This record gives sequence, C-alpha cells and structure tokens, in this order.
Amino acid sequence: MSQAAKPKLAIYWAASCGGCEISILAINEKILDVAAAFDIVFWPCAADGKVHDVEKMADGSIDVCLFNGGIRTSEQEYMAQLMRRKSKVLVAFGSCASEGCIPGLGNMNTREEIFDEVYTKSPATENPQGIRPQQETNMPEGKLHLPMFYDTLKTLGQTVDVDYYLPGCPPEADNIWKAVTAIVSGQLPPKGATIGVNTTVCDECSRKRTEKKIKAFKRTWEILPDAETCLLEQGLLCCGIATRAGCGALCPQVNSPCIGCHGANEGVEDFGSRMMTGLASVIDSQDHEEIDRIIAQGIPDPIGTFYRFSLASSLMRRKKKPADSAPASH
Amino acid sequence: MAETATFEPKIVGFMCNWCSYRAADLAGSARIKHAPNVRIIRVMCSGRVDPTFVFKAFSLGADAVMMAGCHPGECHYIEQNYKAMRRYSMIEHSLKQLGVEPDRFRLVWASAAEGQQLAEAVDKFVEDVRKLGPLNWHANLAESDERLEALANIVKEHEEALEVLP
Repeated sequence: MSQAAKPKLAIYWAASCGGCEISILAINEKILDVAAAFDIVFWPCAADGKVHDVEKMADGSIDVCLFNGGIRTSEQEYMAQLMRRKSKVLVAFGSCASEGCIPGLGNMNTREEIFDEVYTKSPATENPQGIRPQQETNMPEGKLHLPMFYDTLKTLGQTVDVDYYLPGCPPEADNIWKAVTAIVSGQLPPKGATIGVNTTVCDECSRKRTEKKIKAFKRTWEILPDAETCLLEQGLLCCGIATRAGCGALCPQVNSPCIGCHGANEGVEDFGSRMMTGLASVIDSQDHEEIDRIIAQGIPDPIGTFYRFSLASSLMRRKKKPADSAPASH
Repeated sequence: MAETATFEPKIVGFMCNWCSYRAADLAGSARIKHAPNVRIIRVMCSGRVDPTFVFKAFSLGADAVMMAGCHPGECHYIEQNYKAMRRYSMIEHSLKQLGVEPDRFRLVWASAAEGQQLAEAVDKFVEDVRKLGPLNWHANLAESDERLEALANIVKEHEEALEVLP
C-alpha cells in the first residue's frame, strides 16, 4: 500500500552528455532516500522502461520529471511534450535543458554544416559513398523514419512550459538534494523560478579583490596566477562576475577561471551581455584602436567565451544562417 | 530579394540626453532634411547602453543599431562614453562572429551643436544598411515546415510498433 502512495519520479535526457545523470548519483547514499521517497517510473539511463509505458500513463500522473538536455531533434521535442503532459512538475535539470549549454554552441552552425563535418570532413570519417542520415527511407515493409535534426537547438523552456530550473553543468549534489526535498515537502518556489542562490560566484570566491584595470587578457596557459589575487585582475577571463553562485567557487579556488557553467544570475536576460558590460568597464584604455586590439587579441572567440553555456537561450540564439539556407522570409 | 527597391531599414538609435539627442533636436528645429529611418531612444548617457539593448533590438527585428554619445572627453558624466566605446567594441566583436555585417552597428559622436553632422551620419548609415537589405532575425530562427510532419511521424511509428508487440 505504501508503495502505491509514493510520489512518482521520472528522469529523462535529451541532447546532453550524461553528466547530469551522474550528478544525480553524486548525491551518494542519499539516492537511497530518493528511492525511498519516490517511485521511479521512468529513467532510461538507469532503469529499463519503454516510451509506450509512459504514453499509456494518465496525463499528470508523474509527480516530478527531471528533464536534462536540450532539444535538437524531433524525437527529443516529442519526448519533451510527452513528459510535460504526463508530469505535474517539470524541472529543466542542468544547463542543457535550462540554457542550451555546449550542445547549444552547435547553433554557430547549420544542420548541413554539422552533417558535412560529421559525415564527410572529419579526419576520422570514412564514408566513400557519402551516406547521410535520411529522414525517410523506403523499405519493402513500408517507410522508415529517423528523427529530424533541427538547425537550431532549443532549450526545454523554448519547447514546452517549464515549472522550475536547476542550474549547473552539471547541477551540484547539494542543490539537487535541496530541490528534491523542497518538492517532496511541498515547499515549492514560485513557478518558473531557478532553484539556487541569487548571487554571483565572486561572492563565494575567497580571492582578494581590489580595483580592476586590464591592459591585456591572458589565456590560462600564458600565466601562472598567484593564489591570492582575483583572477580577473590578473588578466584571466573569469566569468565569476556574471555567473550564478552555488558551486562554492570551485574553479577559481584551483587557479582556473570560472567559465560560467552555472548560468546567469537572477533577473539576467542575456549572460553574454553581462560579461561584455563587465569586461568593458575594466579595460584600461581610452583609445579606440587599442581597445579593439585588446579585445581582438585577448578574446579570439567571443561567442564561445561569453555564451559557452547559454547561446541557445541568449537574445540572438544562433549565428546568422547563410542566405540560401534560411527559410523564405515572411 | 525583390523587395530591396522598396526596403526601408528599421534602425534603433540610442542617443545620449546631453549631446547627440540634442543634436537630433537641433537638426529638427533647424529643419535639416535627413532619412527618417532611425527610431531614437533617449538614454541619459551612451554609457547607459547595455549590450542587452543592442541584442534585443536586433533579435526583435531591427535592421541596424546606432549608438550615439558626446565626443570623447566631453561626457556629461566625465568618462562614461569611454565605457560606451569599449562596450561598442565588445558588441561589434561578438556580432561579427554571429554573422551580422559590421555595417549594421555603428558608433557616432555628436555634440549638442552638431545637428548637421548627426543628420549626415544618419543618412550615410541608412544608405549603407539599405545596401545590405533586411536582417530579419526572426527568419533566421524560423523552424522548418517539415518539423510538424516529423513530429507526427513519431506518433504514427509508435502506434505501428505497438501493433506488433505481444
């Protein structure tokens, strides 16, 4: 009887690396508490289960679904819609589902460019017949379909209605536990909230900060940073100034600049804009040419630096497509 | 792009209260003729222009964006226009990588007395953008019509798969 009374939990993945699943297991022995508190009804990574089992469930019968990964294919969009329909609470779990993350950087290319690289150009590819995945293949038994690969990766929130967001690539065990217990105890934040703290990594970083004046941005291999001073003051491009805290400033602690995996802080619409604004304020020059030089030399890949985790959820969302590949304007 | 002949660029212009907005005012009261394509948004200082404003304008359909402020050294707030200059470079650098033509984003300095110069800068900008044609960022994000068909195929195939299950 008590088995039937347990709330139902589903965990699903779309365009992601699998790190989010591992982060769920990183709550260690507390996973037993999760298993005690929930009836895990669907978790393809860890337990056997079929999509048609989920399709047969009543709408809204899953209490919580933790969904990680972005939406790159029609199959993932279908699963996002399905999990939304079947779940009372849908959580965008981790950076991919929340903001696109590394798979979202694929938005710097089109589907054709990605297929060219993967099926033709990459040195490890051996494909003399030039075989490409087809969405439709005619077989004697009938038509077979493969999911459609989208030009632009979407976040979960751009695809379906999302109740809560859990930041991080991957989310921290502590925060996962906090989110899970909040949901179990019914102490839910307002809908659409990001579960986490509302401050930046700088607030958790123990390094000394004084006035920042930067003449040149340095790459990590160019200097040996001292262990005391703010990394940004030493010229390293640290994203801690714009990134939501909650990680305990793990990277700056070990001399490595923050890369922004926890996403934007509360109320920020475009993570990269915050970085650009912040860095523009500390460049120590009033000469336009020198400024251009400092930026061009120090930040050779601005999108990969400012939008490493959030291109798909940024205001621009992707690179401009070549004229011949864009759908007719309307 | 058959519509280029009649294409009127939509340009958003962020102009500072103390210099360039007054230059635009002066151009108006002096009845200087200039292209009407720039929709002016008055900000207190060019240093107030956040990159978010610029990206938002482009993503909502602007064909180009202009930032205008006091000449370097003449900022009402001492040196905030230098921040605007550095932000401009940052945004320009990022837009380039996103495939947005450099001629769609421009920084102009105009003092309160330079109505004529601002009008000329606007005319030149509009001409340059007209040559580029519409940016139409929405089309860049538009999803293919095949998407709905692909989604429907998944449902169909799942039903077919269930038929052969015991």
